[in-house]
Parts: sequence; C-alpha cells; structure tokens
Amino acid sequence: MDQTPIQKRRIVLTFPKETVNQPITYHLVKDYDLMINILRAKVSPEEEGKLVIELSGRARDIKKAITYLKDLGVSIQPLAQDIKWLEDRCTHCTACISICPSGALSVDRKEMFVSFDSEKCILCTLCIPACPFKAIEILL
Amino acid sequence: MPKTIAEINEKIKKGEAVVVTAEEIIDLTEKKGIKKAAREVDVVTTGTFGPMCSSGIYFNFGHSKPRIKAQRVWLNNVPAYAGLAAVDIYLGATELREDDPANTVYPGAFSYGGGHVIEDLVRGKSIRLRVVAYGTDCYPRKELETLINIHDLNEAVLFNPRNVYQNYNVAVNLSNKIIYTYMGILQPKLGNATYCSAGQLSPLLNDPYYKTTGVGTRIFLGGGVGYVVWQGTQHNPCVVRTDKGLPKYPAATLAVLGDLKGMSPKWLRGVSMTGYGVSLAIGIGVPIPILNEEILSYTTVRDEEIYAQVVDYSKDYPEGRAKSLGEVNYGQLRSGKITIAHKEIPTSGLSSYARAREIAQLLKEWIIQGRFLLSEPVQPIPGPESSIKPKLLKEKG
Ligand code: SF4
Ligand code: SF4
Repeated sequence: MDQTPIQKRRIVLTFPKETVNQPITYHLVKDYDLMINILRAKVSPEEEGKLVIELSGRARDIKKAITYLKDLGVSIQPLAQDIKWLEDRCTHCTACISICPSGALSVDRKEMFVSFDSEKCILCTLCIPACPFKAIEILL
Repeated sequence: MPKTIAEINEKIKKGEAVVVTAEEIIDLTEKKGIKKAAREVDVVTTGTFGPMCSSGIYFNFGHSKPRIKAQRVWLNNVPAYAGLAAVDIYLGATELREDDPANTVYPGAFSYGGGHVIEDLVRGKSIRLRVVAYGTDCYPRKELETLINIHDLNEAVLFNPRNVYQNYNVAVNLSNKIIYTYMGILQPKLGNATYCSAGQLSPLLNDPYYKTTGVGTRIFLGGGVGYVVWQGTQHNPCVVRTDKGLPKYPAATLAVLGDLKGMSPKWLRGVSMTGYGVSLAIGIGVPIPILNEEILSYTTVRDEEIYAQVVDYSKDYPEGRAKSLGEVNYGQLRSGKITIAHKEIPTSGLSSYARAREIAQLLKEWIIQGRFLLSEPVQPIPGPESSIKPKLLKEKG
C-alpha cells in the first residue's frame, strides 16, 4: 500500500471564460485521486470564475493536478494565507467575534485576547467589514 | 484617616505609593476589607480603549513665505476646519475624505478619514497639506501644497469635546435585515449584540459621582499625558442609578486635552465602521486617589454590578425612541452571550477590555516609577444634583 502521507492545500483558481463550462473538479477527483472541498465559489459578470478549494491527496498528485489546471489556462494562487489576521493591528475589541460563524476568531474570556485559527476559517469573509481596525485581510 | 492628594504625591515622589488597578482592587479589598484597603492603597488606576467620537486635533502649521490665510484646508484629502486663524486648523475624527463614496455603494467601507490622519500623524508619517485662500493684502498667497510632519508643527493638541462615556447602550437589531451602525454590524432578528464600555475598568464607573475626577485631573491620554478640561458634551449625570450609584444609562462624559506630540499610535487608532463612517479609538486612563473609604468602595465595582440597556438600532434608536428591551450586566456581556426575549445572543465589544487593562497597568507603572503625579481638580464636574436635562432639537422657523 502506498504510504505517502496525504497533504492538504488551499488554492484559489481563476478560470478564464472558456474554461468555466469544463468539468474540472470531476477530473481532479477521477484522474488525480484528490479530495476536493469547495470553500468558496464565485462567477463574476464577465463570466470569469473564481473557486477557492482545498485539495487533499498525495503530494505528487496535487502537483500533477496543478500542472493540468495551468495547462487549461486556469491561474492558481496559493491560499495558505487566504484570510490573514494581522495581530499587530488587532486591538482585541472582539467586534468580529459575534460575526464569525466558524469560531476561527475566538476570545480567551479570562485574558480577553482574541486569536485566529486558520484551520477553522471557512473563508466566508464576513469578518472583514466587521473589523473597525482593518486587522483582517483577505488575499484573493 | 483620610488622605490628601498632596500626601499621596509625596509618597509617589518617595517611591512609596501603593498603586493597584481597578481590577486588582476588587480582590484586594475582598481579602483585606474596606478599612484596611483604604488605609493601604493610595491610587487605583482605570482604563478604557475604544472608538470615541467627538475627538479631534488642532494644530498650527507655521507661516509660509509669502504668507497665506487658510480658508479651506485638506490633510491627505480629508477636509479640516480653517475658520480659526491664518494657520491654525482643527481636524475632526469623523471627517470623511473629500472623494469618499460614503454610502453610495452601500455599505460604505470608509477606509480613511480624520481618525486615520490623526493616527498617521502620530505615527510620524508625512501628511499632504493642501490649502486654498482668497488672498489679502497681508496674506497674499492663494494656494499651497506641501508635506507636513508632526515634528514640523508648532503646536499639535488632541482636544476631544466628548470622551469616556460613563456606561453606554447595548445595541441589537430587531429588523429582518442586517444593519450597519456606529455600534458595529448588527445581524437581523437579534442575531448579535454589541457593547462599548470597559465595565469594571472604566474610569467613570469607578468614580460614579465624580468625587475625584474633575476639571484639571491629569490623565493617561493616547499614550501620553492629558487633562480633563470640562465635562463633555451630552453630559447627563441625572440618569437612573443602581443602589451603588452606578448609572444604568449613558451618563457623564469628559472633555479632554493633551499634547499630541507625546502620544503614541498604539493608543490613537483610526477606525472604519462599515456603513457608518470613520472615527478614532483612544486609550484613556484616569487615576483615582484613594482619599477615604467611600472613594475606595466605589473602585471595587464589578462587571456584574454594572447594568446597561439593550436598545434596538433598527427602529427605536434611529427614530429617537428611548425604549429599552431589557437590562444586562457587563459580566454577561463579557461572557460572550446574553439572553433577550428568551433568545441567547452572542455579544461583541467595540471597546477593548484587554487594552483597557493594559492602560490601567501602564498608568500604575508610571505612578509607581514617579513619572506621573496626581493633580488636584480645580472645579468639579456637574453631578446628579445639577438637574441637567438633555435637550432635544426643536425644529422651528
Ligand atoms: S472568513 Fe469567516 S470563518 Fe474565517 S475568520 Fe472571517 S468570519 Fe471567521
Ligand atoms: S474586530 Fe478586528 S481588531 Fe477587533 S478583535 Fe476582531 S480582528 Fe481584532
């Protein structure tokens, strides 16, 4: 059995018009044996598609899949720091806490310090307008 | 035996003063009792950090050659008020950038305005100053554009007509749609609640009858030193209070002033409230001299004893209806959940408790190190005996 560890990678895919109708996610699953978690999807008026996905699979399969996507003309940005919490800008006001649906932003109720757990973040971006101090950035 | 401020200052100078924060005094008094605590403790320090509208700076940018008498002025494209004198201007914290789309694209982001210019200035960044004038015989110049820096200014003073609210509303939204307010984003149908007070650390909740805080009180202001210069606008000390004298509604306010050049950007932060506008978050700490047991007992206030009114910001507040949906205390608010109309609602602060605590701690260190002496107020601010009533605008003519 193949013991290669399973890796996870979050990426943003930007599809040019002509690829929007292709069954890309189907190929990623079938041809590259990847698991796909769609975190966010958006098709803009000019029909350019944006998809934020998490790929899980063997490293070499992820690599091959990325080459396949690039060949199709899909542009790829890593999403390791998709939503970025800027600790030095954060005042720990907690304004974002009742807005964040996933618990990625949370408060230590004793110290009243806010922290961010990117593992829990579902990239909904709701916290961005809620932060009065621009302490959360979206990298898309 | 009661102490005086002069005696406390003598102890501070000798490095013998006992100073604790408004949090620390709670446990300390519980252990030692009021009598002993009042004898031993000299100063209790408070703190608050949050958006405080009705703030701004005035400064003098120096005369140019040839001279100009400023008629209209912009700082990084944010208009400032020039109707003071030739080169004296006042910049308000809530002023928007000249070209800000505001809420035309709803909800507006309000990413930069007066509060941000103040933060940038204190950070030492260069600010673009643009001046236009009509020209006079003695001030002939009509236009000027240059970069200015806080170090080049003659005087730069933070002067806030209303800060340090003694208690505030808790905001909720009863409507079916999301609303954007100065109390933050409020989710429909009681989806969340926001509050804005440091509770048991808050300056005027530790001195509910303004026994020691008055005109002339020296304070921590924006990371530097400032003074209480008057009661603030909308000062309203005659609201309903608890048995312990704590106002249950927004009550007293303070006007404060201090040298901007001594302040720090950590404690003066530009604020962008989506869909509402810009403001300035300010750190303020007020020392309370423990002159007697009564003053000490006020400083032992706990979050659980401070009540605030829950107000609907979708209809009641905008229409000027003073209706409360219920009362909650700051212990509940700070726990992250309150219950209103049988519904559990997540809470968010706008005022940072962590930063308030840091300010109380900093001020305590300043006093212990002898860097900060207490001042004797020269005049009290009006209390509940004043029978002040807030006036609503009567539209006429
Ligand atoms: S993007 Fe959504 S889930 Fe992630 S931190 Fe912001 S509000 Fe929470
Ligand atoms: S709203 Fe912004 S400043 Fe406030 S706690 Fe959240 S991230 Fe920090």
